[in-house]
Amino acid sequence: MLKNRLLLAGIILVLVFSLISGCNESKTIKIGTIQPISGQVSAYGIQTRDAIAMAIEEINANGGVLGKKLELIVEDDEASPEKTTNAFKKLTAKDKVVAIIGALTSKCTLAITKEAQAKKVVLITSSSTNDTVTDAGEFIFRACYNDSFQGQVNAKFAYETLKARRAAILYDITNDYSKGLMSNFKAKFEELGGQIVAIESYSTGDKDFNAQLTKIKASQPEVLFIPDYYSTISLIAKQVRGQGMTIPMMGGDGWDEITNNAGDEVIGCYYSNHYSPDSDDEDVKAFVTKFREKYNITPNALAALGYDAAYILADAIEKAGSLDPVKIQQAMMETDKKMVTGYIRFNEKRNPVKSAVMLKVVKGADGKLTTEYAGTVNP
Amino acid sequence: MGFLHEFLQQMVNGLSLGSIYALLALGYTMVYGIVKLINFAHGDILMLGAFGGFFVLAAYGVTPLTFVLALLVGMIVCAVVGIVIEKTCYKPLRNAPRINALITAIGVSIFIENGARVVKVIGPNPKEFPTFKTVNFPIGDVNISQIQIIVFVVSIALMFLLTYIVNHTKLGKAMRAVSFDRPAAYLMGINVDWIISFTFALGSALAAAAGILFASAYPQVEPYMGIIPGLKAFVAAVLGGIGSIPGAMLGGFIMGIAETLTKGFISSQLADAIAFGILILILVVKPSGILGKNVSEKV
Repeated sequence: MLKNRLLLAGIILVLVFSLISGCNESKTIKIGTIQPISGQVSAYGIQTRDAIAMAIEEINANGGVLGKKLELIVEDDEASPEKTTNAFKKLTAKDKVVAIIGALTSKCTLAITKEAQAKKVVLITSSSTNDTVTDAGEFIFRACYNDSFQGQVNAKFAYETLKARRAAILYDITNDYSKGLMSNFKAKFEELGGQIVAIESYSTGDKDFNAQLTKIKASQPEVLFIPDYYSTISLIAKQVRGQGMTIPMMGGDGWDEITNNAGDEVIGCYYSNHYSPDSDDEDVKAFVTKFREKYNITPNALAALGYDAAYILADAIEKAGSLDPVKIQQAMMETDKKMVTGYIRFNEKRNPVKSAVMLKVVKGADGKLTTEYAGTVNP
Repeated sequence: MGFLHEFLQQMVNGLSLGSIYALLALGYTMVYGIVKLINFAHGDILMLGAFGGFFVLAAYGVTPLTFVLALLVGMIVCAVVGIVIEKTCYKPLRNAPRINALITAIGVSIFIENGARVVKVIGPNPKEFPTFKTVNFPIGDVNISQIQIIVFVVSIALMFLLTYIVNHTKLGKAMRAVSFDRPAAYLMGINVDWIISFTFALGSALAAAAGILFASAYPQVEPYMGIIPGLKAFVAAVLGGIGSIPGAMLGGFIMGIAETLTKGFISSQLADAIAFGILILILVVKPSGILGKNVSEKV
């Protein structure tokens, strides 16, 4: 009997404590973020997380949102969709966050958009460019342009600026981001009058591309489009040059950080990106200076997008005047502001309409690889 | 580019890949030959070896001399790691049912992979492996890069060295004796514990060399890098006849060439399916593998 009573007393105690701590929690507004802090694209995840944290610190220093402080809860998904799903469940069920920034890669974001829509959780991904990401419904937003635009930008650049007429594509068939860019590049390049002479594929995690590259070389392309992330690109680039191919390679925003992760093989290659840290724009300059002071490195494009995403969300919560997801969603749709990565206004598919920059990889004066502005393409 | 020329180019690619598989397969086959254990941690030894080489090359830059130094350091470190793993994890289980040792091997593998993720100097994020600047040697229309040549030559040299040790030295004789009949070898005065440790050291050193060659050809090192090559090399060892040293070499080359030719002429999506399909086919026709001996169970 005594045992039972002790148990009962214990349960009551736990309940009371959880109520008290529950009250404490409502003093802050919880924002969750799911980023690949470790693994293949950690250079993106770490900077995006740091940029979001910096934005939230600034917002809190300026009085927070709705009179409360924002609290950021970070989850690592290692760029693996299963882990993204687990992180999403934890953030919504245990932490009860108001909204989520993430995930970073398209593949991971696609794993949670349906659930976020069903649970009415406002989700804004800073950098998932795959076209279908926002298809799940009105609660899913993004801070970047999408792949149909990015693929077109690359195709246009290859055809008009590089004057290429024969292009080859090597892409990751198991990655939504890579697949989306491949089909958009192909469609636009052919529409412009160019010829796609070879399309070869591989799977995530492959290390040997010599067989595919031998085939590509035999088709004599003038440019090679490789839409993937920097860590795979550095492997592919090495083998491209090892096969004796000297043509320029191109890619999307997944190439960001390539200068810190590849050798001289990528000199003379081009990629599309969301912003250039060397830009004269006032917002960009202010952001780059603040980020450098705080973290001692130049922020990549993903960091800039994460920073913007955090501000879009905070502004929307403030405007909504409540934590009701439906009201936040409506306020998000009214976003209309100049930010670091450009002027943000959402279209009916909750995609921001903004321009892309093309960057060229060059060798800097200090012997390290760096990028050079190669042009802006407007939507 | 004609078909023949493309075929030759793909053969070059395949031989280079296959020699790495072969080198790794040797470790599986030697350990199995001696203690009848599939050492699933073998692929992770490859990873440790690659990191050993990584630290040497990152510290001293890439020259032919530092490359040899990297190979030596990686091989010695991994030989020691191999002995430690054998002494601490497998030796206590030597008389336990075989399945226990097998599960321990899987455990060791998971421990090394995730341990490497946590350790500060290795960490979870991929690192670029310092390697030679690519130089190409076009022979006719076929292009061979100097890394492919290095991979091929170093592997073949190590395989010859191993064959010499096993067939022409006293240690090799002792290894063969232990493999053939352990209690009898023990009764003849062979230090069985020492020979088993030596076998692990030798296999692990070869895995380390394979790791550094692998990382030179595919310049990226990360904690999970050994899983897929480990798996493929295991298949190569079984294909060639597990326990047989020439079999492991043959199996490795078959795997590498089959994978490359499938990617080159059929579809890159079918590469692994066809490579593993060959395994099934050969095991159906010859269950002990291509060069494996058919040993009847002693009752």
